[in-house]
Amino acid sequence: MSVAKVRVYRGDKNGGEEMEYEVPLEEGMVVLDAIHFIQANYDGDLAVRWNCKAAKCGSCSAEVNGMPALTCKTRMDSLPLDKPVTVYPVKTFPIIKDLVTDVSWNYEVRKKIPPFTPAKDTEWIMYQEDVERSQEFRKCIECFLCQNVCHILRNHDEKNEFFGPRMLIKIAELEMHPLDTEDRKEFLREQAGVGYCNITKCCTEVCPEHIHITDNAIIPLKERVADTYFDPLLWIFSKFKAAD
Amino acid sequence: MEKYETHTHDVIVIGAGGAGLRAAIEASAQGASVGLVCKSLLGKAHTVMAEGGVAAALANVDEKDDWKTHFHDTMHGGKMLNNWRMAQLHAQEAPERVKELEHWGALFDRTKNGKIMQRAFGGHTWKRLAHVGDRTGLEMIRTLQDRGIHSGMDVYMECTITHLLKDGERISGAFGYWRESGRFILFKAKAVILATGGIGKAYKVTSNSWEYTGDGHALAYEAGAELIDMEFVQFHPTGMVWPPSVKGILVTEAVRGEGGILRNREGERFMEKYDPERMELSTRDIVARSIYTEVQEGRGSPHGGAFLDISHRGGEYVKKKLPSMYHQFMEFAEIDITKEPMEVFPTTHYVMGGVRVDADTTGSTVPGLFAAGEVAGGMHGANRLGGNSLSDLLVFGRRAGLGAAQYANEIRDNTLKIDDVDLEKATEEMLQPFENAEGENPYTVHQELQEIMGSYVGVFRTREKINEGIEELGVLKERASQLRIEGSRMFNPGWHLCKDLHSMLIVSEALAKCAYQREESRGAHSRVDFPDADNEKWGKVNSVISKDNGDMKIGTSPLSQMPEELKKIVDGGYK
Ligand SMILES: Cc1cc2nc3c(=O)[nH]c(=O)nc-3n(C[C@H](O)[C@H](O)[C@H](O)COP(=O)(O)OP(=O)(O)OC[C@H]3O[C@@H](n4cnc5c(N)ncnc54)[C@H](O)[C@@H]3O)c2cc1C
Ligand code: SF4
Ligand code: SF4
Ligand code: FES
Repeated sequence: MSVAKVRVYRGDKNGGEEMEYEVPLEEGMVVLDAIHFIQANYDGDLAVRWNCKAAKCGSCSAEVNGMPALTCKTRMDSLPLDKPVTVYPVKTFPIIKDLVTDVSWNYEVRKKIPPFTPAKDTEWIMYQEDVERSQEFRKCIECFLCQNVCHILRNHDEKNEFFGPRMLIKIAELEMHPLDTEDRKEFLREQAGVGYCNITKCCTEVCPEHIHITDNAIIPLKERVADTYFDPLLWIFSKFKAAD
Repeated sequence: MEKYETHTHDVIVIGAGGAGLRAAIEASAQGASVGLVCKSLLGKAHTVMAEGGVAAALANVDEKDDWKTHFHDTMHGGKMLNNWRMAQLHAQEAPERVKELEHWGALFDRTKNGKIMQRAFGGHTWKRLAHVGDRTGLEMIRTLQDRGIHSGMDVYMECTITHLLKDGERISGAFGYWRESGRFILFKAKAVILATGGIGKAYKVTSNSWEYTGDGHALAYEAGAELIDMEFVQFHPTGMVWPPSVKGILVTEAVRGEGGILRNREGERFMEKYDPERMELSTRDIVARSIYTEVQEGRGSPHGGAFLDISHRGGEYVKKKLPSMYHQFMEFAEIDITKEPMEVFPTTHYVMGGVRVDADTTGSTVPGLFAAGEVAGGMHGANRLGGNSLSDLLVFGRRAGLGAAQYANEIRDNTLKIDDVDLEKATEEMLQPFENAEGENPYTVHQELQEIMGSYVGVFRTREKINEGIEELGVLKERASQLRIEGSRMFNPGWHLCKDLHSMLIVSEALAKCAYQREESRGAHSRVDFPDADNEKWGKVNSVISKDNGDMKIGTSPLSQMPEELKKIVDGGYK
């Protein structure tokens, strides 16, 4: 049986180091299996999050060979095994221990998003072609990999100004819900900071659910906001109003 | 003694899956102060993985459907062991609960005239499952999560409850720890709702996550509540078999619901032999046993399963209706299900047994302790129909929230006492594994437990096998009293497994004892030495587990009488 070398980051907020383990390879094995093998055979206290092991819950995010990925979906045989496989926690969120990071910020900002608000006398008739737009965004499993790669959060740490791609698709999903009546444009601009996104599409590239985050959600949101706030006629009009 | 962080609420809900979230929303709506506690991050509970759909007689696709047919199907699926009142409330209230989800923002797939779409599923007479492709659970949990975070409850994520606390006979609180720091936490509460889900991690081949260790079952048992029908564990007929590392992962029943065909290695559509009328859409117990039998008799697929084929429906259709399945097989097994068949074999999936509850309020036999969702027993009898769990969560989650809030309201000021001695004992128990210098590795003990359960109390059972299993469990329990772990209390999975093992061992013992006692085959419980159902004796009783002076007591209790008008529905002229 062949063996892979797996280097896992071990540590907490006070620092840490890479530890190397030898893991026997099994057919179809994923990186999460390797981590579980290490737990059961070498270090029982190795911290990792997982739930479904089927790419459905978004718990097991990490950086495998430097690439943000779901460890339960990354097959060992898709990686070059002549070199050690490295597994690190995602970088954008503060580390708790080993592969586990503190993602609570996401839950905090999420609470601020104005919820679904239907009209009182709704008939609840919707057509498939109309729900499909929002359905795409509702596939999100909250793995936060897009949050992790977005350079505005990752490099500039502008968490106070910008909610990040996951929360933008959440807002898009509500805005495009056929029966929602709430207007979140001002919220999008002022609080969620949609203007910060400069459409590099890094988020779209890593999304394991293949959601077209940038093209289908963020760009249309930006356009909505722009139409309202930066429509030149409206702009001149508001200038006049301000002047008198 | 360590200083505890302490929180006080009217109602504590343990578990943030469908049942827990729905309960918490309801209790909050009733004006109760609610704390919602869960082992994982919010939104990651099992419910998120549910695929096929939620059963409710909306009659959007098949106009003839109504609650009576749903009730009839559920009772027959459960081989009449169901708590009829639960089955009745479930069938009557499910449509309302599903529509309510839609009103909270859920986006189900639609029919041509703009209503909620419904699909066929095993054991359901009509097309009854409201769904969103094959990610219905995700839609449900997100909707409830969104509703919940705006309902004023406090959420304690990555927090595990290890002990329930009582003031005399009544519940007075719960004790646990934060996963992140390992620090203990105390909840004072007038009522506690268990919504902890199932027990599947006691088995090796399972569709269940690390959380499914039967904590709620064990907590209830230790607090003095009764568990019923623990022998009924559903082996879902279609788990993945290959490659080994994905063995057990679920292949949703929606594959069969959308027309998937089962074949053996000889190309024979074998369900023709076992249930010619319903074929692949027979109930799960029958399909699971059929696949098992085909493999036992040498007609299995190359990796020891059966072939399940949906490719005849065409690539476009399959990708639209079963997108996650398409990706799952592509990524994990390199199989294109729009062109090739899948290989499937039964996997441990769901526990029908659980905490005995009152149908209307979900109250257990312990005052102040409520239970809903998979941890509660009775609703599904000997075998659960697909889709009936998601609807169960909504119907009884709501009723639990209502029941607990009303109960808590009757206790004006929270003067319930927490006993210091109990707290000290709980603390000691938790810290023990750090002190055992010599002792067993919890991961090894867990693997052995899974072997025992799979070999002795698996799909087919006999008196000898179960008996051996019970003996082996006894030995393992002894070994598990001395577990050793390393590292600190901070986010330490090995440490958590120690407590999980404690729960799993209780549940496994209960399960094995019930399986031993029930000398017949019924629903998901197949005794090779008693191949037939014994309606005279065993068709009239539930199995009951309770704690008696520290020992596990097993017995039976008679089913309650079904009212005449419901009997008529059950015996009625349905197919
Ligand atoms: C892969 C898969 C597919 C399925 N598909 C369907 C389907 O299509 N239709 C259908 O009807 N059913 C389906 N089911 C079954 C259904 O999903 C589950 O039975 C249901 O989700 C259980 O919900 P619950 O609310 O009882 O528990 P869960 O959703 O599992 O939630 C349990 C909660 O309890 C918490 N918890 C557990 N122990 C503790 C503790 N000690 N302290 C604190 N918190 C604790 C967990 O963290 C979690 O939040 C499926 C199940 C699986 C696994
Ligand atoms: S497209 Fe926008 S949101 Fe996405 S990574 Fe780039 S800047 Fe961030
Ligand atoms: S949008 Fe995609 S990458 Fe971002 S959290 Fe959701 S699933 Fe993950
Ligand atoms: S464990 Fe659920 S996505 Fe990986």
